[in-house]
Amino acid sequence: MTGFLQPYFEYGGEWWPLLAEAMLNTALLSVAGFFLSVVLGLALLLCQMSGSAVLRGFAALYVTTVRGVPLLAILFLLYFGLPGVGITFNAFTAAVLGLSLCFAAQVSELFRAGLKAIPKGQREAALAAGFTPAQCFTFVILPQVVRVILSPMIVTFVSLLKDSSLASLITVNELVLTGRAMATEYFLPLQIYIAVGLCYFMIGWPFSVLSRRLAAPAAR
Amino acid sequence: MDALLSVAGLRKSFGSVEVLKGIDFSVKAGEKIALIGPSGSGKSTCLRCMNFLETPTAGEILLDGERIGMRNGRMMSDRQLAPQRAEMGMVFQLFNLWPHLTVTENVAIAARKVRGLAYKEARELALDMLAKVHMTHRADASPLELSGGQQQRVAIARALAQKPKLMLFDEPTSALDPELVCEVLNVIEELAGEGRTMLLVTHEIAFARDVADRVMFLDGGVIVEEGPASAVINTPREERTRSFLKQIRH
Amino acid sequence: MPDFETFRLVLEGLVAGLGVTVLVALSSLAIGLALGFALSLVREFTRTRAAHFAIDAYVELLRNIPALTHLFILYFGLASLGLRLSSIAAAILGLGLIGAAVTCDIFRAGFRSLPKGQVEAGLAVGLTPRQTIISILAPQAMRIALPGLGNYAVQLVKDTSVVSAIAAPEIMFFARSMVTSSFQTTLIYATAAGLYLLLSLPLMQCVRVLEAHYGKLKG
Repeated sequence: MTGFLQPYFEYGGEWWPLLAEAMLNTALLSVAGFFLSVVLGLALLLCQMSGSAVLRGFAALYVTTVRGVPLLAILFLLYFGLPGVGITFNAFTAAVLGLSLCFAAQVSELFRAGLKAIPKGQREAALAAGFTPAQCFTFVILPQVVRVILSPMIVTFVSLLKDSSLASLITVNELVLTGRAMATEYFLPLQIYIAVGLCYFMIGWPFSVLSRRLAAPAAR
Repeated sequence: MDALLSVAGLRKSFGSVEVLKGIDFSVKAGEKIALIGPSGSGKSTCLRCMNFLETPTAGEILLDGERIGMRNGRMMSDRQLAPQRAEMGMVFQLFNLWPHLTVTENVAIAARKVRGLAYKEARELALDMLAKVHMTHRADASPLELSGGQQQRVAIARALAQKPKLMLFDEPTSALDPELVCEVLNVIEELAGEGRTMLLVTHEIAFARDVADRVMFLDGGVIVEEGPASAVINTPREERTRSFLKQIRH
Repeated sequence: MPDFETFRLVLEGLVAGLGVTVLVALSSLAIGLALGFALSLVREFTRTRAAHFAIDAYVELLRNIPALTHLFILYFGLASLGLRLSSIAAAILGLGLIGAAVTCDIFRAGFRSLPKGQVEAGLAVGLTPRQTIISILAPQAMRIALPGLGNYAVQLVKDTSVVSAIAAPEIMFFARSMVTSSFQTTLIYATAAGLYLLLSLPLMQCVRVLEAHYGKLKG
């Protein structure tokens, strides 16, 4: 056991700064991806709820496609595939784009479920009280939707955080890619990948705990 | 005195709240006893202690001379309790039918798993019991397709299929829509006529008077008054009983 | 514009990985379901504190760390200890162990959604606790879990693409190796995406049917 832990004592000082920088990149990538996911997700939601059959058809097709295609295929298409037709992104942009294209579908589904969870009587009561539809949405519906979807949104963020590891395969210098470089340098893959795993855990676990806390009262 | 069920010194606390403060009574074979009282009086808890769905804090329960829930001074586990529970049929307020099984399977499953009957025998037994509650026509339905009254009748058949020495009814009609109460009460009344031993928690005072031999009025965790059904309900001696009955009748 | 012949070659190249994709998906699905169900039973129906803690820790560690990291630990990490797994074995084991953490939560949610009266009615008719779990609770919990398990299966099919990173010869692995020998990157990755979509669509349809069906049952 001490043999297994020994490299941590020996190289910890060298590893930590590398991993810390990589954690920062992973966090940056995840936050940017999540932000864009919410923006795209809301746009998708508007398509789904619009009166135009074309927009609704597009949204349905989009959600189905994205649910059925692996993120890795999307990332490879964006980063390695699109240059073939003359469109080039840098790796980080491609990763943010790929993550958010994927997760936008989940976000819009969450919002949709959240809207569905609000009883019709809520809207009726607000309109009866003299609210305009816009006021009704802002003051009555939206606050309730946010409360319902906050916990699943955090779960979605943790999934996105984990999936951001795939960006290493299109050369984004985040945790896993840093880990690979370190593993080749130090020949200690077990210790290094476990350290990488714990780095993800340190970022993600607090969010998982938070989401459960938020979900608990609603479930009772 | 040859009591089928005798209860002595029964107490039950939830945390620091004592719900039952020493209950004593006995039931002779064939006797029908109704437990009435305001909500929170402890009558359901008392009934649920009979088969140890609630574990009493103190006291002794004997069914046919056998101590329920305790063996050699030690509390029995759910596993050890199973054969004793099989001797008592219980009907719940919310029916508690098993939605993944058909009506017949609901009634037959205990006969197969507990008494080891073959599939065919258990099914025949179940159909007999369903006939008793007039539910044969829905034998292959799912409980989810039935009305509340029909579900409760199936639940009664399920309890009957245990061939129990004692039937326990825990407010069997209080979760039903008013127009469905009657069909369930009729079935219970028919069973009462067969000479079964029954312990019944109910809010239906008129029914209690008509069906029960004796009535016990519980309030604040003690038996305030007990006696022949018509006496307790028509001419109660205790003030608390009187005010409760007055409230019920508005 | 790529002609039909190129497309046929690409497709042929990718289909070579289809068998391994299906093998990895099915095997890890089996491990995930069996282990996850067992863990959920221990977690819900025993009272050993240590076992609860161990299962909670297992679920948290597997659910909050990326699959890619777990696969690297299993494939490269264990090899450094002399425990050399084949890439396919590491892929199946890794996705299976992660799946167990996912399905454990799904099954537990199923058990927890059952009203208390279901257990009470089982005990009241004289079933033992074990019989109550087997005949009354487990069948219902499994049905309630079905839509969640379906979603997990859809996700799993997609996640098999990740095992290309440890050189398991599945669809995405062949896509990547073909790219290095030809310049049809767009065509190759788009075709791979389409192939995954073909695998996922029937599963997604199943999930939709299950959700509609069980939504109806709940009323």
